[in-house]
Order: sequence, then structure tokens, then C-alpha cells
Amino acid sequence: MTKMLRKSPLYLFAVLLLVFTGYPFVYMISTSLKDQATFFEKPFSILTSIEFENYAAVFQMGLTRYFLNSLLVSVLSVLLVMLLAAFASYPLGRMTFRLNRPLFLLFISGMMLPIHATLIPVFKLSQNIGLYDSLWALLGPYIAFSLPISIFILTQFMQEIPKSLEEAAKIDGCSHFGIFWRIMMPMLTPALMTVFIYNFIHLWNEFIFALVLIASPENRTLPLGLQDFYGEFSVNVPGLMSALTLASLPMIAAYLFSQENVVKGLTGGALKG
Amino acid sequence: MNLQATDLKNSGELTSVVNERKRGKFKKALTVGLFTAPALIVYMVYVIYPILSTLHYSFYRWDGKSREVFIGFENYIQLFHDPIFWTSLANNVWVVITSVFVQIPLGLIMALMLFAPIKGIRFFSSVYFLPFLMSTVAIGLLWVYMFDPISGIINRITAVFGFENVAWLSDENTAMAAILLVIVWQFAPFYMILFKAAMVGISEDLYEAAQIDGASYWQKFFHITLPLLYPTIVSSAILAIVGSLKSFDIFYIMTGGGPNHATELMGTYMFKQAFINFDMGYACAVAFVMFLLALTVTVIIQVLDYSRKKKGDLS
Repeated sequence: MTKMLRKSPLYLFAVLLLVFTGYPFVYMISTSLKDQATFFEKPFSILTSIEFENYAAVFQMGLTRYFLNSLLVSVLSVLLVMLLAAFASYPLGRMTFRLNRPLFLLFISGMMLPIHATLIPVFKLSQNIGLYDSLWALLGPYIAFSLPISIFILTQFMQEIPKSLEEAAKIDGCSHFGIFWRIMMPMLTPALMTVFIYNFIHLWNEFIFALVLIASPENRTLPLGLQDFYGEFSVNVPGLMSALTLASLPMIAAYLFSQENVVKGLTGGALKG
Repeated sequence: MNLQATDLKNSGELTSVVNERKRGKFKKALTVGLFTAPALIVYMVYVIYPILSTLHYSFYRWDGKSREVFIGFENYIQLFHDPIFWTSLANNVWVVITSVFVQIPLGLIMALMLFAPIKGIRFFSSVYFLPFLMSTVAIGLLWVYMFDPISGIINRITAVFGFENVAWLSDENTAMAAILLVIVWQFAPFYMILFKAAMVGISEDLYEAAQIDGASYWQKFFHITLPLLYPTIVSSAILAIVGSLKSFDIFYIMTGGGPNHATELMGTYMFKQAFINFDMGYACAVAFVMFLLALTVTVIIQVLDYSRKKKGDLS
């Protein structure tokens, strides 16, 4: 008991942080389960009513479409990024040539780049090649802006794979492509996992390219769709909160399901630098 | 006769060796080229070319549709005399300051809490990380309602302390601080994880030795934990600074840069000039200045980091 008392300031502080980080989620979820009248009456009551009508309304307003759009464009971009970045990291991480360092720096310098510096030309380019206002318009910029961190992570990982494996394969007459595909790719799996999670979460939440390159409602990604709900629902707070809850659910579910992988993926290359 | 023959033979061998080396070099260049080309092409088309194109258009007056008119440095001169641009730059600096001096220390404190001898720490740490999982758009919208002047929780809390209701996001004096609080909420968990990972790596022996010497918790913190976390603090600061210069989403969602440009950032200002006013040339000038600032900051950080590492090698 005295031990508990001595530690009570510590508990108090831990709980304060808990309320600071967790309360907005409690507010969001419990509001999403209220009808409008209950919300106006008791905006802060927690879980006093549980009604799923708002969720039904959100689905009727096309949330599924936004979900599928986001899923399609994020998964496709991430798979292509994994392939392109793995290819590029092979010579960058395993071979010595004069342009190695400059090429590596050129790629990873993209990490500090403000997207705004490319926004207008990418917008014009998409119009000129006829991709504007389609999900395909997002593919190019999404891949390009995911390459720097991915190449950074994969090149570092490649450098740590022992040379001996590769030499044995070379003696057996394996080509560079063979070495890459049959030896490097399987060994890269944990790094590719990090690349997948990091980029998927960032692209799933990406906003500014989607804002500039998409116009029609049917092509909206989830973040754009949420912004639109905000316009439609500005007086219907519970409705908006159920949309926000649904949009956040996949990430939170993935996190609860595999905390370690998600945390590792999200903090990406930062942990190494 | 004999001599000439060996000479000939030697030179023949030499050329074949040279040829082979050339062929080997060519083969290597081809391999490097083939492996890097796909990534390089996409990167050139969607990153390098657009930056150069942004620089190009920043010297023109252009509405994005009709033909552009060359005006030299006029956009940059206008920018230099534009009070809104300076406001937005100052606001960006505020984001940097908050990130470095509030987010990172809070992240460190949260990470320390994860090692505190209290029960249920797994639960605490899971919840602490949650904000970082939410999309920025969702966070922005959620907090718009938390800051609502009438039904928002923030005013409920301040009312307990006897303050009057404030329209946080539509008041020029409070809008910036309100958004900065949200940014802290969103990103402190990220730094918490970085610090946690670094702390796990600190050898337990050091603390045990200090314990034997009778060191207090704070002595251990200031003489063991903090110095060993220095590299993590530096890399966190880099991430925070570079990230802050790029911020856009949360401001665009919560206030759109208003009221009366009180929360305007270079990013939101550029966006408005380009896609609302269709002053694309001017927007390109703003965008290019953003690029130059990010580049300058990165170079400075790299140089500082390099000299720090060099000093570390010598000592």
C-alpha cells in the first residue's frame, strides 16, 4: 500500500498522458454511436447510447467507394515501389561503381523534398497525358515520392547481406538477375515488409496529390471523401464521427493485430539513421 | 626475329586483356543501368523534372491555361514584398519550434514513462501510440469539433478553470496555438517510439553500476540516458525540422490558413495562389522558395552532422 502511494504521482502522470492521447478516440467513437438529439443534449457523455444508424448513413453516402479507391491505389503503388526500389537497391547496395554515391544521394534527397515544389508541373503533366481526374494519375507521384525512403531502407539492408552467398552463386554461373531474384529477394523479406507498411500507411492517408489530381466524386480517395463528408455533415457531428471512426479502423485494427510490425514499419528508416 | 614474335604475342595478349576489361566494364554499366532505370525514370519524370519546371515557371506570369509571359525575377520581387508570404514563413518557423521544443521533449517523457515501474504499461504504451495511426485529415476534422466554441470539449475544460468560451479556430490570436497543440498530439507518439527503441539499446550494466555507486534516478537520467540518447535526439530534430517545413494537410483541413492568414503556411499559401487564384507563376515562386529552404536546412544539418561525427572519431 505504501509502495502504491509512493508511486501515485507516477500513476497520475501516466493517466494524464492516457487521457491526453486517448480521449479524442473515446469522444469520436462514443459520439458516432449517438443520434443527433442525444449529442446536443449530452455531448460529452460516454457510451450512453449505442446506435449504428450513423454508420449505415455513411455507407450510403459512398464511403465504400472511397475505401476501395484508396485500397486499390495504395496497394498497387506500394507493390510497384517495392519492385522498383528493390531493383535499384541491388547495384546501389552490392556493387561498386563511380556513380554509386551520387545516384544514391539523388534518390534519398527526395525524402526532404516538399511536395509543393512538384505540384504544379505534376498537375499539368497529368492533364497533358490524359490521366487527370483518374486514380491512375496518383500512381506516378505516389511511386516517385515513396522511392526515396524505400531505396534508403533496402540499400542499407542489402549492404548487410554477407558477400559469400553471392560469390558462391557467381561461381555456379548465376547471372546478376538470378542472384537478385533468387538470393537477394528472399533475404530482403523483412526489409520489404517495413517498406510495405511504411508506404501503405502514408499513401492510404495521402491528401495533397489527391486533392490536386482528382476532381470527380467517384474517383475520390478516403481522405478526400472524409473532407467531403465534413462539408455535407457539418451539422451532423455524430455522422461525421462515424465516418472518421470507420476511416481510422483499418489502421487501428492492423496495429492491434500486429503491433510490432506496424510500429517498426511506421518508424521506417528513422530508427537506423 | 624471336624477340619480335614475343613482342607481338604480348601486345596481342594485352589488347585482349584490355578488351576483356572494357567488355567487363560495359557489362557492369549495363547491369547497373538496367537495374536502376525503372526507378530512375519514374523519379526523373515525377520529381526531378517537376522541380526544374517549377523553377522555370517561377519566371513567368501564367494562369495555367493561356500562354505564359516571361517576367524575369518579378515574382520573386513580389514575394519579397508580400507580407502574407512573410507571415506564412514565420508560421512555418513556429511549427519547427513547436516540433523541436515541445514534441520531442514530450516524446522523450512519454518514452521514459514506458520504463516506469507501474502496472499495465503495455496498455498505456498501446494507447499512447494511437494518435500517430490516424490519418491527418481525420485528425484535423476530429479536432475541429474538439475546439468547437459551443459543444467542444476544450472549452469545457477551460471553463473548469474559470475561463470564458473561446472560438479557438476562428480567433486570430488562438488559431495557431490550437493547431500546434494538435500537431503535438499527432507526432509526440512517433518520437516516443524512436526514444523507446534507443533506450532499449542502452546496456542495463550501466544502470546497475550507477545503482551501486548510489546514483539517484535523475543522476542516472542526466549522466547515462540523456548522453546516450543524443544521436536519437539529433535525428529526431532533423526529422522534425524537415517535416515541419512540409506541413500542409492539418492546416488546410482545420483552418485553410485563416482566419485572416493567421495560420497561413507557405504550403497553404502556395496552394491557394495556384489552385484558387490561378496565379501559377507566383505559386511556382513560392514553391521554389520552399524547395530552397528545405535544401538549405538539409545541407546545414548534414554539414553539422558530418563535423560532429568527425569530432567523435578523433576523440
